[in-house]
Amino acid sequence: MEDLIVRMVSRIVVPFIQVYGFYVILHGHLTPGGSFSGGAILGSSMILFALAFNLERGAKKLSHETSTIVECAGAGWFAILGLVGIYMGQNFLTNKEAGFYMGAPGDLVSSGAIVLITLGLGLKVASTVVTLFYSLIEVEGDAHD
Amino acid sequence: MRLILTLIFLAMIAFVLVATVAEMPTFGDPGNPTNNEVPQRYIEGAVEETGALNVISSIIMDYRAFDTLGEATVLFLAIIGALATLKAH
Repeated sequence: MEDLIVRMVSRIVVPFIQVYGFYVILHGHLTPGGSFSGGAILGSSMILFALAFNLERGAKKLSHETSTIVECAGAGWFAILGLVGIYMGQNFLTNKEAGFYMGAPGDLVSSGAIVLITLGLGLKVASTVVTLFYSLIEVEGDAHD
Repeated sequence: MRLILTLIFLAMIAFVLVATVAEMPTFGDPGNPTNNEVPQRYIEGAVEETGALNVISSIIMDYRAFDTLGEATVLFLAIIGALATLKAH
């Protein structure tokens, strides 16, 4: 799409969407929202960038390999945090009893494993959305050749 | 003929759905079967036990974190399937 207005508006709007997505992810244990909704916001900001500019510039910002690695790392991070509970002699995915830092309820860094899991899972959902979009649009581009 | 058959089937499905909704318990009634000791435990103990003010977050990330791990696995398998079919050529 070669449209000046769409490019300019999305260039201004994309950082704010990403800040909002990170806000929803990081405040998942305090306010409504969480990893899935915040990750969808974060991923859709990348989709907006790749649609307003072209796919090459979008892939330069966040390449295929990076999003695949982030995706695998997010899922692995969740499982490793679950294994911490087993290492501390508790059940799989134990939170408070496994010795995570709890903090005071209402603080940004509190609630132990919840904030860590939310961060990893949010990045994973964002990269899932971006990877699906990239693969679909690349296949579409191949068909037109 | 096809349109009439479609309308008859739609009416049958709509009847079943409306009958199901009519049988549901009243919204917000304290005597509903969902108001048992499980949500009571969540409402009273979630902030103290998990430290998260968002009770929904404490349920999906702490009490039922294994379910969320399965959900993440579903997403992971979905992307693997999409990549395997789209990139196979």
